Amino acid sequence: MAETLLTIRDLTKFFPGIKALDNVHLTVRAGEVHALIGENGAGKSTLVKILTGVYFPTGGTITMEGRELAFKNALDAQHAGIVAIHQEASMFLELSVTENIFMGHHLRHPKTKRLDWKGMRERTRELLDQLELPIDGDTLVKNLSVAQRHMVEIAKALSLHAKIVIMDEPTSALTTREVEDLYRIVRQLRAEGRAIIFISHKFEEIFQICDYFTVLRDGQYIGEGFIKDTTTDRIIRMMIGRNIDHMFPKKDPKIGEEILTVENLSQLGAFQDVSFSLHKGEILGFFGLVGAGRSEVMRTIFGIDRRSGGTVRIDGKPFVPKGPHEAMAKGIGFVPEDRQRQGVILSMSIGNNITIVQLDSLCKMGITNAKRELEVTRTYGEKMEIKAAGWHVDADTLSGGNQQKVVLAKWIGTNPRILILDEPTKGIDVATKAAVHEFVSEMASQGIAVMLVSSELPEILGMSDRVVVMHEGDVTAIFEREELQEEAIMRAALGETKEARRA
Amino acid sequence: MRESQVKRTPSEPLLQRIVKILLDRREASLVILLAIMLVPIVARSPQFLSLDNINRILNDISILSIVAIGEFFVILSNGIDLTVGSIIAFSGMASGMLNEAYPNVPVVLILLLGIGIGAAMGSLNGLLVAYGKIPPIITTLGTMSIYRGMTFVLSKGTWVTAHEMTTTFIGFPRRTFLGISALIWMAVIVIALTYYFSRHTRPGREIYAIGGNATAAKFVGVNEKRTRFMVFVISGTLFGFAGSLWTARYASAVNEMATGFEMQAVAACVLGGVNFAGGAGAIPGVVLGALFLGVLNNALPVVYLSTFYQTLVQGMVVLLALIINTVVDQRKTRKLLAQRRAR
Amino acid sequence: MAEQRDLVAKTRLIEERGWRHSLTELFTKWEVLLGIIFVLMVVFFSNLSPYFLDYFNLMNATFQFSEKAIMALPMIYIIMCGDIDISIASIIALSAYAIGTASAAGVGTVGLFAIGLAVGTAAGLINGLLITGFNMPAIAVTLATQSIYRGIAQAALEERAMTSYPKGFGFFGQDFIGQTVIPFELVLYLVLAIVMGFILHKSAYGRRLYAIGSAPEAARFSGIKVKQVRIINYTLMGLFSGLAGILLTSRILSARSNIATSWDLEVITLVVLGGVSINGGKGTMYGVVIASFLVGYLKFGMGLLKLSGTIMTIVIGTLLIIAVLLPRLLDTYKNNRKLRRQQAEAALQATKA
Repeated sequence: MAETLLTIRDLTKFFPGIKALDNVHLTVRAGEVHALIGENGAGKSTLVKILTGVYFPTGGTITMEGRELAFKNALDAQHAGIVAIHQEASMFLELSVTENIFMGHHLRHPKTKRLDWKGMRERTRELLDQLELPIDGDTLVKNLSVAQRHMVEIAKALSLHAKIVIMDEPTSALTTREVEDLYRIVRQLRAEGRAIIFISHKFEEIFQICDYFTVLRDGQYIGEGFIKDTTTDRIIRMMIGRNIDHMFPKKDPKIGEEILTVENLSQLGAFQDVSFSLHKGEILGFFGLVGAGRSEVMRTIFGIDRRSGGTVRIDGKPFVPKGPHEAMAKGIGFVPEDRQRQGVILSMSIGNNITIVQLDSLCKMGITNAKRELEVTRTYGEKMEIKAAGWHVDADTLSGGNQQKVVLAKWIGTNPRILILDEPTKGIDVATKAAVHEFVSEMASQGIAVMLVSSELPEILGMSDRVVVMHEGDVTAIFEREELQEEAIMRAALGETKEARRA
Repeated sequence: MRESQVKRTPSEPLLQRIVKILLDRREASLVILLAIMLVPIVARSPQFLSLDNINRILNDISILSIVAIGEFFVILSNGIDLTVGSIIAFSGMASGMLNEAYPNVPVVLILLLGIGIGAAMGSLNGLLVAYGKIPPIITTLGTMSIYRGMTFVLSKGTWVTAHEMTTTFIGFPRRTFLGISALIWMAVIVIALTYYFSRHTRPGREIYAIGGNATAAKFVGVNEKRTRFMVFVISGTLFGFAGSLWTARYASAVNEMATGFEMQAVAACVLGGVNFAGGAGAIPGVVLGALFLGVLNNALPVVYLSTFYQTLVQGMVVLLALIINTVVDQRKTRKLLAQRRAR
Repeated sequence: MAEQRDLVAKTRLIEERGWRHSLTELFTKWEVLLGIIFVLMVVFFSNLSPYFLDYFNLMNATFQFSEKAIMALPMIYIIMCGDIDISIASIIALSAYAIGTASAAGVGTVGLFAIGLAVGTAAGLINGLLITGFNMPAIAVTLATQSIYRGIAQAALEERAMTSYPKGFGFFGQDFIGQTVIPFELVLYLVLAIVMGFILHKSAYGRRLYAIGSAPEAARFSGIKVKQVRIINYTLMGLFSGLAGILLTSRILSARSNIATSWDLEVITLVVLGGVSINGGKGTMYGVVIASFLVGYLKFGMGLLKLSGTIMTIVIGTLLIIAVLLPRLLDTYKNNRKLRRQQAEAALQATKA
């Protein structure tokens, strides 16, 4: 392989109460795509933030091309040639593509210091052409798709003459076609002798595009190696520190009568003609790539978003919710995807978080009753085994897993008949993950109808009685449990089969 | 997501492009609105578009434009500055008193005094917002009281009246150059400088960055604290400058001067399509917004409404502009979504 | 495993804190600090002026701030939800104008009271509907309605003042309870503060206010009717502004279009000074009540010392800024100390290992 570009030795970073990075090593060579692998919370994002000058390390050295580096700010990192393409496209929506590329290093006339708009436009044109992107430099970024925004960020990295490009989950919001485009560009960057640090949770992707890998776990360096010399299982073992024999606690389902019927449900720009049915005691999995429209379907059923067409029936009666409160009145519970913003109220206590959805029944004439609230909190908090110093503790002091348990406790407290779980195990530790799976099975066995949205195929395969697969807003297939097959599901999710099979 | 498949259309028909530009640029729709409003006014009173009257309107909006531009930069950075009236009052009072005490001090120095005072007061605002991390609305709510109080302390409750000031000072806004009054020239200079600054300099563009997406701005190395500080220095400076002009133009300096003027400044920005969420808007829009307000005020007598209707009409126009902007924005988003699905 | 470690660490932390820590915690609470400042102020003024600690004077002084303090109550709800309303002074002007006009037309005291409340409530409701209906920024909308509401009064009244009122109308703003020297306004304020405080701290509605202010999306996902709550807040704000309009008109028996100018900023100052976060989700009724009395008596005391109103403006402006700056500085200090301690601990562990 080519010469070493970046060497990180003994990198350490403390936060109040947390050792985010503990003696981490990383070696990146020119012309390689380097996968940075680890579970959520393993320290990848902290490492990226140090590399891009957002955080200062507590200890350790970063050496690039033989020089030791210490970034004072993000600009220093850019000047050194390290540029990150961020997970959530962090762009200036109201500004043009050209300006987004040049923000922070606008071209100027050498003498007058006046901005050289003509020069910037030309350079943008070149960059976009180089990446074969059909985008006009004067377009405002708010008018671009997510994929196009990613590409603009890459163009920006090129304009900075980046030697190392960091891509954090770059494909999570892209369609298959767009992913192909991205791979093409990644290969192009590699061929030019740049290094790419590629952060991904998708092994398929890692094995397809990466050359080398480094694994982190709990903020510590675990190991590294060539992708071609390893296997998925070996990497997973490094990630979680043991063999994966995660058993899904699937119980034999006792499926009852139909409770929810969705017919031709549509929402402009998100999904169309979605039809399926849900039965008591059933776990109905929803699989698809991010952006397939699954969350939007759930949000519409729960009354957060408005539909543009179609019908939803509960117990055979048409249901058009004006808001989540009406969905709740029908016995629907919803564990949303964005836990920190939509799930828990961080600055409220565990107790208040759990009781917020049933305040009306806990209050007499609108007046709160601390004793009854505590009872309810204890009942469901203990049921979910929430670990905390007390029920009065604010939710923001809890770990992600425990926060998710708070959200689950909140919803079981309402005795739902239908429970919607949108990526319930995203970003939580292995132990809590297992507890959540256990809980979901338990709920279903009690006759609750569960809709489980997940992007993790093993979770879908292990938990579901039936699976609805979506692709770009369409239902592409519905599988019965006995037909569940990894390949077929993936194909449907990628939109490669169009014949919808109805149960 | 489907847009990646949509190829650039190299040559749209001219008319279509014009319509698109009109829909994209708030300034354009404001010009149209202004033109529509002028039709009945001019029909009723052809004098309205006489050179004299246009001159009067422009004189009336000169100070407002300067102040609105100051406010614009703050709103652009996703803040708000309520100290408009207070800084104008202090700087105006100081200018009047300086002129009264030392009649020989040249006008330029008086203006520089106003600018200096504004810059200092703006710096304090900026310090508190950028380095003290106090939300702009709270900071300026506090300092607007402080600065107003300081005006009383400075003047000891007295006024400076026209005959206590020199005719050179109070006459200078009316002195003409190339047939245009000094006051309008001042506004034109400020507009030109700030336009250049906001369009063609790095610090100017960085205000857009901070207002549009502060996190992203930090990532590309924009110094957030410095930018926020700078924004308040700019607004303070312009308010201070406006204060000196105010005293000269209205030939008096009283403690209550320009009370509530911040609302006019914000109104001009809202009319000019400046987004309250920050990061969007431009100088031409703000100036048009001020012009719009000027025309409105000037047109009231034409439609037989007393000046007591001024506040009411302004409020309704601002509300209307807000609603139109919001509805147009929402419709645009919906259209974009629909396009995404079109196969 | 990681969680168990967390739990152990947390319990240990609580044990270690002990009484000394809880004492620092108490004194860094904003309400307590405000109370201390209040006591210091009382000591200060009573030393400088023999007239300050006079029962009658203390009661009489409340006339000057009861109306603003009353308006601060619903403003807590609004700011708690992350909203703002800068049209309230204009609502006073509008309701004062309506009362004055109705009075001139011969409407009696009870009718005037009802009209004042109705006009205020309607104005507040309009604010709420505009903000939530079009999803527009609260500050921009209330800026516009500020001009509209006062503009109506201005267009109708011009420079005139409405000065004829029925005989009993002066009661609300001028009279005392029975034979005592306790002003009706003060009693009304205290009753309303208790009711509004009870709602804020002990009712489902209050809990929802905190939820909306802390995490608007999570609140919505929990079935809270966010729009409805916000509309109710603005309507309440209008109702209370109408009430303040009645009290003010009754007190000065005159209604001009420039009545109560800039009161909105004074009311917001009270709320923020009382410790309600301008970003929503944080604050208590106690803090705002203390802040109202603090500012009110500060003005009174400074008046006794013959300090001009302008010094007061400066003091209150400064107080507001300090009120927000101080907790932030304290927080930074606390965090820094914690960080240093943790780093020291970590270093210690490292050397041990």
